[in-house]
Amino acid sequence: MLIVNNLSKTFNMHVGAEKTITCLDSVNLSVEPGQVVALIGPSGSGKSSLLKCIYGTYLTTVGNIYYTDANGSEHDLANIDLQTMRHLRTREFGYVSQFFHVIPRIAAVDVLSQPLINRGWSSNDSAKRAKELLSKVGIPESLWNMYPSTFSGGEKQRLNIIYGIITMPRLVLLDEPTASLDPVSKRNVLDLIIELKEQGSMILGAFHDYEAMRVIADKSYHVVTKNLELVA
Amino acid sequence: MNENDYNFAFLDEGSKREIRRAIIKAITIPGCQIPFGSRELPIGRGWGTGGLQITLSIIGPDDILKVIDQGNDDSVNAISIKKFVSRCTGVEQTTDTQKATIIQSRHRIPEEKLGENHVLVLQVPNPEPLRSVERSVLKARQMHGDTEYSAAWLLLYEQIVRYGKITMGAGYPVLVDGRYVMAPSPIPRYDTLGLDDADCLYLFGAGREKMIYAVPPHTSVVPLDFDDFPFELENVEERVCRICGAENVYFDEIFDSETGERHYQCSDSGFCAKNAAAKQI
Amino acid sequence: MDQIMKVNELSVVYGKGCDYCRDSNNPLEKNRCPHCMAVCAVRDISLELYDSEILGVVGESGSGKTTLMKALYFDIIPTKGSAYLAAYNNGETDIFSVSSQQQRAIRNNLLGMVYQNPVMGLLMNYSSGGNVAQKLIAAGHRNVAAMQERTAQLLDHMEIPLNRVKEPPRNFSGGMQQRVQISKAIANNPPVLLLDEVTTGLDLSVQAKVLDLIRMVQKQLNISVIVVSHDLAVIRMLSDRTVVMLDGQIVEHGFTDQILEDPQHWFTQTLVHSLI
Repeated sequence: MLIVNNLSKTFNMHVGAEKTITCLDSVNLSVEPGQVVALIGPSGSGKSSLLKCIYGTYLTTVGNIYYTDANGSEHDLANIDLQTMRHLRTREFGYVSQFFHVIPRIAAVDVLSQPLINRGWSSNDSAKRAKELLSKVGIPESLWNMYPSTFSGGEKQRLNIIYGIITMPRLVLLDEPTASLDPVSKRNVLDLIIELKEQGSMILGAFHDYEAMRVIADKSYHVVTKNLELVA
Repeated sequence: MNENDYNFAFLDEGSKREIRRAIIKAITIPGCQIPFGSRELPIGRGWGTGGLQITLSIIGPDDILKVIDQGNDDSVNAISIKKFVSRCTGVEQTTDTQKATIIQSRHRIPEEKLGENHVLVLQVPNPEPLRSVERSVLKARQMHGDTEYSAAWLLLYEQIVRYGKITMGAGYPVLVDGRYVMAPSPIPRYDTLGLDDADCLYLFGAGREKMIYAVPPHTSVVPLDFDDFPFELENVEERVCRICGAENVYFDEIFDSETGERHYQCSDSGFCAKNAAAKQI
Repeated sequence: MDQIMKVNELSVVYGKGCDYCRDSNNPLEKNRCPHCMAVCAVRDISLELYDSEILGVVGESGSGKTTLMKALYFDIIPTKGSAYLAAYNNGETDIFSVSSQQQRAIRNNLLGMVYQNPVMGLLMNYSSGGNVAQKLIAAGHRNVAAMQERTAQLLDHMEIPLNRVKEPPRNFSGGMQQRVQISKAIANNPPVLLLDEVTTGLDLSVQAKVLDLIRMVQKQLNISVIVVSHDLAVIRMLSDRTVVMLDGQIVEHGFTDQILEDPQHWFTQTLVHSLI
């Protein structure tokens, strides 16, 4: 289970003028295993920020993020030590960011293999699985040994997604996974997400795309003035 | 020169005492370089002043002195040193290794085995075996202190990489008493073996560099080498001394430019003379 | 998740020091004590390094990051503080308290260091193979053939061609010299690798190559690495976790992505906003 409890996030800017910006205010949500939960709202409404707070990229200012790990232990991700978080990030979390964080100068198939190798998979098996997923999202074989920096926007996005989910994480955080994808690719990606869901992962996604969201989400929250409203 | 103008053995007693203290310390720490205040002598630096200061500090009226230069009693340097010591001590001199009590030598150890009553004093140009790898005197001393000798092996390793074998000729680095790496002065590899478990006392003096070190009797002295590149002697097979007929000794090579022939004769002239005399009887 | 190294309250002070500057809560003028004029290059730094991770240390000139590295490699003696290595006596002995002979042994066997200036880490007149071999010799190896094979392997891994193994680093470009240093540093498979501004001053493409090789080597050997750089881009590329240093102190510490996207301290924010 993932439970976000009364979470607020404020930025204290010291550069330029001293300024405080609040992007989330007393937010609550929950995600169960095997559930896809959608966050819907306009750009800049705080969807990404919430995902980042959960992943630890942003430091939560107030509130708790309760997460039960594979061993059944409960953690508060808002107040957790770095080594435990590192372990969870490697072993249990997957994060698909909105922007294309491609690792330069490594072939696509090797980029994808790395998270599996980190988990103890052999390089052969990792490469095999990476290629399976690359096919699934329709990235042509000719690109598999190329540097991702040479890919198109849509190809990079698909690569990003696979990178985030290739280890079948227990908790998946998706930031606009279907933005900039053509309909075929979109369908492929949604299929992958459904596959994850069926394996029991908890999936929390920020979606611009109502269509896509409606296909796969079990539950959705609207982001309204830095808070969330559960949509029935 | 009036002998009365100078102290016995030229140096004043205070100097001799300081040098002796350095020698005693050197003996108690085999192979370790001990700094000393190197005195002015009528011989310039680079001509054996280190060895000479040791000799002058330990010599007594009953000693018998032999001086050789690359094995030869008759070279100019050996004669000069002998004359000098003789004038300020009146001590008996000899070319007979067995008869001598103190033997001062440049770059060679006598052929005949030395015994308990012998002190061999070697003249040393460069006492620091790590000098070519580590230029800083301070850092080299720290390395000796920490038994950090990778640089000494590196020297030999590099030769193997470049030339296919260890090319270190004279002055082959050795490990003394399992602790200090020492530069045994530029004696040929052949002589290096004579240092190990010897009956005599070896003293090394570097006047210009102001260091004294020692190998006391029955100390282990092992040349540095590698498992797959062991220490090798110079090749002296099929060489025979043209004067006395000796084999398996260290030779001087003499090239006759008129006939184009190479001849060999014993480097140790005293030994050669003895050997030749014995054979004629 | 094992702790590989722990540093406790490490300080390096040049000068007498006084009660004022000894208290790390008291502000200094940059890193100089206004009372006794001592320069507190490193002030009470504590940090940990875990299994198979890359820790970035970022800061500007004068932040103390290079001084910190040098102290950890025994190049300079710290004024106070302690450090523990899991591989040395199970992490129970402070490595600053043991004899210099022991410290040499730790340095030769358990640590690897790559200096910003290759002259500090290499013998410029000895072959590059010989330079790497020296580290092996220091760890007790005495078989030339085996050492030659291993050094060739290490250098090859750093993409230095076989026909240049006998050449001295003096003949190499900057990037190549750094690769020789890296080969030497990892020769004995140390658990900890220290990298001090290793790509500073190199051309961009060369920089990229060296960084890629470092990443590859770290993944293959599972070494824990401390990377020091003033360049956040380098830190971003290599490190999982980052520590930000200013005037000898750590002002912020966290995951690299957090440091870059949600910097808390004003100095970290300045650094991040300075990224080109």
